[in-house]
Amino acid sequence: MSAKQAIDFRKTAIDWLGILPFLLFAVMFLIAPTLYLVTGAFLNPAGEFTFDNISGLFTDKILASYWISIRVSLASSLGGAFIGFFLAWAVVLGGLPSWIRSSLLTFSGVASNFAGVPLAFAFLATLGRTGLVTLLLRDWFGINLYATGFNLLSFIGLTITYMYFQIPLMVLIITPALDGLKKEWREAAEILGATNTQYWMKVALPILFPSILGTTLLLFANAFGAIATAYSLTGSTFNIVPIQLYAQIRGDVLHNPNLGYALALGMIVITGISNLIYIWLRMRAERWQK
Amino acid sequence: MKTQKIGAWIAVLFGASYFIIPLIATFEFSLRMRRGEYSFDAYRSVFADVQFRESFSYSIVMAILTIVFGVLLVVPTAYWVRLRLPQMRPFVEFITLMPLVIPAIVIVFGYLRLYNSSSFIPFTGSARGTDLLLMFSFMTLSLPYMYRSVDTAMRTIDVATLTEAAQSLGASWPTIMFKCIFPNVMSGVLSGAFITFAIVIGEFTMPSLLNRPAFGPYLQLIGANRAYEPPALAIIAFAITWASMALLQLVSRFSKSAPSKP
Repeated sequence: MSAKQAIDFRKTAIDWLGILPFLLFAVMFLIAPTLYLVTGAFLNPAGEFTFDNISGLFTDKILASYWISIRVSLASSLGGAFIGFFLAWAVVLGGLPSWIRSSLLTFSGVASNFAGVPLAFAFLATLGRTGLVTLLLRDWFGINLYATGFNLLSFIGLTITYMYFQIPLMVLIITPALDGLKKEWREAAEILGATNTQYWMKVALPILFPSILGTTLLLFANAFGAIATAYSLTGSTFNIVPIQLYAQIRGDVLHNPNLGYALALGMIVITGISNLIYIWLRMRAERWQK
Repeated sequence: MKTQKIGAWIAVLFGASYFIIPLIATFEFSLRMRRGEYSFDAYRSVFADVQFRESFSYSIVMAILTIVFGVLLVVPTAYWVRLRLPQMRPFVEFITLMPLVIPAIVIVFGYLRLYNSSSFIPFTGSARGTDLLLMFSFMTLSLPYMYRSVDTAMRTIDVATLTEAAQSLGASWPTIMFKCIFPNVMSGVLSGAFITFAIVIGEFTMPSLLNRPAFGPYLQLIGANRAYEPPALAIIAFAITWASMALLQLVSRFSKSAPSKP
């Protein structure tokens, strides 16, 4: 009996030994660094427990940076989701030639990975003060873009730039969901006398809703954590949270290391919540895709 | 039906112009270096820059190291979880998704506090140590993509049967791993590798905060100081991303035609 138990124990030990490198990696490079920041957010420099850092976030400057971050992420995720959905709809259900579908999906695979510093360069060359579109609008249509109050280094400019990777990401994730709409559902609705609008409002959109909402949240988190594009577009003049955190890491601009941890905790909370809802909605949506 | 098709064309034309106009504009801008005429001077200036070559080759070496060590970490883990610890799959999958949930800048902030020169494991104490930490941080960033593509490839093969067959023929664990499992999940490994390559080459946050001379921080530096080189670099970066993704598509199309799928 005890010999069998010993063998069982050895087998279990070997089983766990097999993923030990992975667990060690996860603890060292994901879990421990995150926990360090999270606990640091609740400690004062002397190492005692405190809520001061959390309440320190509720100052005008930090709240303003969270607010501008949330606005940019929300606008670019809603815009990206909206346009991306129509693009996916057009290639899946719009009756277009099939080469358009495959080239859109290929391009989306590339463009959703084309972010960071080069994306900022691309939009400076397009909509910057001497960008091609700015010059063409001036020369061909007599519109002085920058006199209308437009500025690439602003809320609207950053939103347009972020949408360059948000739209393709939406296309990539929502296309399979649109493919999952069965022809039978539409036929059944039509036989029962439903109009096109009724079919979309009562059948298709309720089925797609978890996918659409979930993907929008994913896009939101994606934009919220991004820094490279904004940093090389605007330098440190545009105070979104990641840029604020970057400055804090570089030179403790808040003059309180633990307040920096709280800033990071705030980011984890926001991206964490939107991702968890995304994963939950995705599991719901997959019921229809089987 | 007619209006639907017109709507679809409008959507596609709008999308195409949103995607293509910035690329055309970037290319046009990159040719403007010589006053009054188009030229490739900006590209010549980029390729002649020693810093460009140094930072680019640094990032390529880092990408290759990240891919090698990432594959060595992910493939055995995904294999073992499927073979022996199926009850742990949701947990392992959750861990691999964590880098998507926690922003890169937060993760690297944690590294800087945890592994500074006065800490228990002083990675950032030396240049080589920092390189090592940077490689681990790239592995973390690419973990979600690498794990998912390897795990998807593993779904199409029967790991238990393969392992038993190999064992009954007297194969050792390393033989099973490298002669039996690896070749069968090669398509997943390759797609993971191309995404990892694209991520590592362009990454700015981590090398910048760890102060290593990678391509991402170099791009940012040039962007802040020059006028015509940045769009040329953007075109080069786009071409690299395009090449990685094209190879990725090629690999996934190639593996789809393989008959082993259930």
